[in-house]
Amino acid sequence: MNDPIKLTIDGVEVEAQPGQTIIEAAGVSGIYIPRLCHYQGLKPHGSCRLCTVTVNGKPMASCTQPAGPGMIVETHTPHLQEFRRQILEMLLVEGNHFCMFCEKSGLCELQAQAYRHGITAPRYPYLFPQRSVDASHPDIWIDHNRCILCARCVRASRDLDGKNVFQFVGRGRHKQVAVNARARLADTTVNLTDRAIGICPVGALLKKRVGYQIPIGQRSYDHQSIGAEIEKSPCSASKK
Amino acid sequence: MTYLINGQIESICVEYQRDRHRLLDIIRSVQQKFGYISDEAIDEIARCCSIPRVEVDSTISFYGYLSKQPRGRITIRLCNDIIDRLQGMERVAAAFREVLGIDFGRTTADGNFSLEYAPCIGMCDQGPAALVNDVVVTKLTGDGAREMIRDLREHMDPHRLVRTLGDGNNAHELISAMVNNNIRQRGEVIFSEFHPGEALRKALSMSPVEVIKEIKTSRLRGRGGAGFPTGMKWEFTRGAAGPNKYVICNADEGEPGTFKDRVLLTECPEMVFEGMAIAGYAIGAEQGIVYLRGEYAYLNNYLEQVLQKLRKQGMLGARFCSTKHCFNFDIRIQMGAGAYICGEETALISSCEGLRGDPKNRPPFPAQKGYLENPTCVNNVETLCCVVRILEKGAAWFSQLGTTDSPGTKLLSISGDCRRPGVYELPFGVKLSEVLKLAGADNAAAVQVGGASGQMVGSADFHKPISYEGLATGGSIMVFGPHRNVLEIAHYFLEFFIDESCGYCTPCRVGNTLLLERLEQIIEGRGEPADLDYLQQLGQSIKALSRCGLGQTSPNPVLSTLKNFKPVYEQLVKVNPQGFRSSFDINRALEEASRITERRSVIYE
Repeated sequence: MNDPIKLTIDGVEVEAQPGQTIIEAAGVSGIYIPRLCHYQGLKPHGSCRLCTVTVNGKPMASCTQPAGPGMIVETHTPHLQEFRRQILEMLLVEGNHFCMFCEKSGLCELQAQAYRHGITAPRYPYLFPQRSVDASHPDIWIDHNRCILCARCVRASRDLDGKNVFQFVGRGRHKQVAVNARARLADTTVNLTDRAIGICPVGALLKKRVGYQIPIGQRSYDHQSIGAEIEKSPCSASKK
Repeated sequence: MTYLINGQIESICVEYQRDRHRLLDIIRSVQQKFGYISDEAIDEIARCCSIPRVEVDSTISFYGYLSKQPRGRITIRLCNDIIDRLQGMERVAAAFREVLGIDFGRTTADGNFSLEYAPCIGMCDQGPAALVNDVVVTKLTGDGAREMIRDLREHMDPHRLVRTLGDGNNAHELISAMVNNNIRQRGEVIFSEFHPGEALRKALSMSPVEVIKEIKTSRLRGRGGAGFPTGMKWEFTRGAAGPNKYVICNADEGEPGTFKDRVLLTECPEMVFEGMAIAGYAIGAEQGIVYLRGEYAYLNNYLEQVLQKLRKQGMLGARFCSTKHCFNFDIRIQMGAGAYICGEETALISSCEGLRGDPKNRPPFPAQKGYLENPTCVNNVETLCCVVRILEKGAAWFSQLGTTDSPGTKLLSISGDCRRPGVYELPFGVKLSEVLKLAGADNAAAVQVGGASGQMVGSADFHKPISYEGLATGGSIMVFGPHRNVLEIAHYFLEFFIDESCGYCTPCRVGNTLLLERLEQIIEGRGEPADLDYLQQLGQSIKALSRCGLGQTSPNPVLSTLKNFKPVYEQLVKVNPQGFRSSFDINRALEEASRITERRSVIYE
């Protein structure tokens, strides 16, 4: 019953445990599939679509698709890489992102993915939305300008912290993260030690007064590409 | 005061057992009572149902017909779909603006009227139409709108606007609507003589597995548009583990230009409910839900009465027995609240659970884990009617109608530039040209088949058959004459998708906004030939990457007009002779600075 599942990822036959998703199975084998909303330990969300791969030729989000026996999965075809660039560029123009002044620069996963995919400037026109900032809380602030609606904070607060501090309101273009209070983050039970704080991939949910504790130039993605930790795993080496 | 209000909200919550999954009903009731849902009301609902307030807020903010702002005692929602626009909606809108002295999205100072637009309310064959609270007003004119406001100011009772009752059950005292059925063509399956109860009795004389086999033999496919084989869906749901299975009837008919389910629910609800009971028996479910779109709230009382009648007759509710088998089955109606996405089956399930109408990740599929994680079978209204007739008359009879891959008949909702708009029941395989002839569309230049998510075809495709393998449609056929601009129509549909996207996934949420930006440039004459490739590539990516059916079909208006009406685009795009980007307009770029500095540019002016 619990026999491993055999599938092929990028031409290599790999084994997955029953229940494992494609992104997890690939990771164990040293294949890094780019992702933003996905976060290990949180329930898969499937919203950013960056982890789209082809399964027997059909595009599917690898974070929500369970590995299945005999699947032929491609993760890095030129077509998929182009899809990923398009998604990243969509996210970059949708919000108001300003990498050069952002305190998250070098730690930001959106920026790191853009670099990994060779994006220097988005081909799409900026949408310049009007978005707000909530700095009401003494230790934490939300900048909606940089939010990519990945739901990491929503899921972490609900499933890891047991608090439900965050949830989405509105739909379509008007969708945004809201807090469990009439208006202000300060009126919620959020706490600096919550798992939800610090799980944000971009500069939308930030801790106050620590923005530059690690100097620019000494941050994780200043030195290595995002995903390098998975690609450097021993399995990956043996594959090559 | 707050104390009193809280008491009333608490009793509404108690009525729904403080059940978080009935949140949509609770919110609807609160809005009905107080006109809107205030911050205090949100706090109180959250307290009574023991859920975070942001969850309540999240649900409210998703649905078009729910409001956190005070609204007028009467809300007028003028349908602004493309067909109503062609029928003179703008003149009606202008009249409303003029007599009420407010713009759309606003409420009059006396708090009496709110004015809003609504996407397709399912009245394209009798537009321009509007919802006045829950009352449907059809065939509006500018003068009609003025007169309507005059009358309403006198009595403030939308029901009194209905002076002439529509045909059939529209005249029933529990409906009392001016809506007309406009059934133009009766076919062999749906609109033929019907003996209520016969199909269910026959089903109960068979085993559930035999019933499923009969449906599989008939090769019936879902009538909502996707065309999934119904028998297979039932088999999966029956085979899934779970003690409480559900049958859901998808009556969230939101695809622009579709209104045939409205007619079915008006004229043959017994058939729809009987179909649900048969499905329940086949898959082993005891509970059914009809998800009725908010726009059809005017049918609710009548449908409840029909359910009550069926319970009295012993066909629903209590144990229903034939000579061979017994089973329990009952149905509740879940009202929607203005969200096209809820026609997508997993979004519909989310909505039934009192959540935002976000589609769910698949797998698991609803057949495995649907409503409240129970195996659930979601079928379209028309599909369930077909089920009844198949049981009654046999799979062999059904499958010889239509084509091999598309057996049976199809209800088509035809509207637009034609003399006989309405509902037509025609066998699958009928050519589009024949359909147009029947509808009196002598002058058709372009036809949108399958609603906004379908495709726009030109005369070169009129010889093609209406079928799953040919021109596929969940029922919508919108006809456009030669004087119409296909790009403006595509533009409208794209705006519709942007408004109705749930916003969950990136490609649909952002990609369509980008498509619209470029399409607008082209329409305004600022496009370049390369923009056509841009539209094509972006559209293809949105289709490939989106999470649900809405996103996967949302670029179709652009992609199908690009394919079938390319010369229209080509006429509009040109290479700038100076080699500049045509999309860049220096005066437009300087406009804001000029306004702020109150100076004009000496170079470019």
